[in-house]
Amino acid sequence: MTHSASFRVGPVGFRIVSDWREPVRQLQQLYGAYPAPIAGVATATARIEAARPWRRWLRPAVHIRGDYIIPDALPLPLSQGLLSAEMAMNLQVALGWRQHMLLHASAVEQGGRAIIMVGASGSGKSTLAAMLGEGDWRLLGDEFAMLGLDDGLLAPFPRLVSLKNESIAEMAARVSVDRLGPLIIGTPKGSIRHLVPRADAIARMDEPARPVLLLFPGFGEQAGLRAVAPSEAFMRLTDSSTNYVALGEPAFVALTRLVRDVPAVAIGYASGAQGVAAVEALWAEVGG
Amino acid sequence: MKAMAHLVAALRDPASVAGLSGPQWSALMSVARGEVLLGTLAHRVADQPLPGSVAAELRAALASANQAQIHALWEAEMCHRALSPLGITPVLLKGTAYAAAGLPNAAGRQIGDLDILVPRDRLDEAEAALISAGWEWVKDDPYDQAYYREHMHELPPLIHKTRDRMIDVHHTILPLTAKPRPDVAAMLADAVALLGDAYPPSRLREGSGVGLNGERTRLVFGSFPPLTPPAGGRGTLQILCPTDMVCHAAAHLFADGDMAGGLRNLWDIHSLLSEFSGGKDDDGFWQDLQSRAQQHQLWPAVHRAIRLSHSLFATNIPSAMAGRVRHDKYYRIRMLARDDWGRESHRLIRLIFYIRSHLIRMPLPMLLRHLWTKWRR
Repeated sequence: MTHSASFRVGPVGFRIVSDWREPVRQLQQLYGAYPAPIAGVATATARIEAARPWRRWLRPAVHIRGDYIIPDALPLPLSQGLLSAEMAMNLQVALGWRQHMLLHASAVEQGGRAIIMVGASGSGKSTLAAMLGEGDWRLLGDEFAMLGLDDGLLAPFPRLVSLKNESIAEMAARVSVDRLGPLIIGTPKGSIRHLVPRADAIARMDEPARPVLLLFPGFGEQAGLRAVAPSEAFMRLTDSSTNYVALGEPAFVALTRLVRDVPAVAIGYASGAQGVAAVEALWAEVGG
Repeated sequence: MKAMAHLVAALRDPASVAGLSGPQWSALMSVARGEVLLGTLAHRVADQPLPGSVAAELRAALASANQAQIHALWEAEMCHRALSPLGITPVLLKGTAYAAAGLPNAAGRQIGDLDILVPRDRLDEAEAALISAGWEWVKDDPYDQAYYREHMHELPPLIHKTRDRMIDVHHTILPLTAKPRPDVAAMLADAVALLGDAYPPSRLREGSGVGLNGERTRLVFGSFPPLTPPAGGRGTLQILCPTDMVCHAAAHLFADGDMAGGLRNLWDIHSLLSEFSGGKDDDGFWQDLQSRAQQHQLWPAVHRAIRLSHSLFATNIPSAMAGRVRHDKYYRIRMLARDDWGRESHRLIRLIFYIRSHLIRMPLPMLLRHLWTKWRR
């Protein structure tokens, strides 16, 4: 049997196909508030499947696939089926999306103006965005910031927020339980729990925002601020983009414009609350 | 109709996409991605009325393919700069050749590695020059290295250490252990010189057939027959002559490999046949093609390519070459083996073609020895 779900996150219409029912059921529940793809057109197909037919039942192993595949990616156990589906969706966007420049970053918005937060896994960009998104901010996304090649605007991509390890308890204390997915333990990145963004983030996911601040958060680094030169910001952003090379000159132009027009700051912080306070203080300074 | 059938129909007759539903478009784009034909599809249907989200996605795919061609031609230029001091004029093969020549199938086509052909007696020099220009071995394993050098039609793959792009340096077009022995000396002797640089910025700005806004621009560079080499002796790049280009595409599809991605290769063949021949009554071209294919011991592969291209894409071919020969239908099934979710289907047929790919590449005893060595490691 083939199980499938379809919905839209920002500009991306997804089709998710699974050899197992449970991950699709979980997706349908968590993405229940999201609209269907426009005119029924899915632009990305993600698949989670067994490598051999009998591996659906016998020692099931979930392979992460789709229109784009990473050949040597290791499978996950069926208990991590939901995570596999999310990873398969991310993979399709990371490797296939060409309508915007993709930055591996989170982003939040207030009054049509946005902060882009760029950092590697563990930098705290996801948690920071999730916490801000429960306050006065609209969450634009926690995984990819989609930068318009012509207009320089950020297209929201408010997929489920992927909470990891310590941040799970921190967020679970702030949101109602029906916005949380199942706790998934023992993943390659530790424990993971998905968070449905607040209703405003989903309802307004077709409203773009203008980036006005670039932030490089460093969780656990010495508290404080450091101005980041445009040249350094440029290098770090090309590093964090999955389609910069494939897009070529238009991406170069868009990125050059971004680092020239938008101030960039690195912040170190030791706790979520401290991070939020630092962002709010910075925001007041850039005229928020 | 299945998504793969929609894909074939859309390539053959772009107007056939009128009336596709949202879910049918989802499936069509998914299988087109699977076959690495999304950019080609985008180019073909650019003039058709399309649903908004399809148009946006295909426009982006076309722009990206256009960019990939700029990268590919730049890579060819880098290779030219590395080899021209030696007086070696490499012959571009496959995707880069189609792009450099501005052939119709180049529009929207994805290009992977740079494939070049050089004379075998210049191979060592070419290799050394590429390595000193920054290319490095992908496979350092002594068995793989030795195997390539003794039995293959190309050097072990090289990758450029800063640009991260692969180059395959061929000295012939099929493994040395395969049964057909193409006349590579004739291929090299009759190769066609490309005028000017591989990277003429003016041409790229004009667009090589892939309009960024979905508009179709006429290709200007592909003026066959042969362009004359520039006076003054500045080394240039070459491409295969038209009949050899078809022979190589057919050899690549039917005489080598397991036919994964075969539909894209067949689309290349359809486009080349349509471009080079003046239609089904152009006796000259078809006769030249047949005798050239026979000279390369590749007529069975070329003939199969002609038949299947006609059967899938309605290529205009002489009636004497049409018809269906035993096993054609399995090749057809193999080329269309993908379901509406983009998954590869027909597991058994794919397996048989996989086994076939090894058997046609080398004699059985040698294959067993090779597999045994690989398995033990």
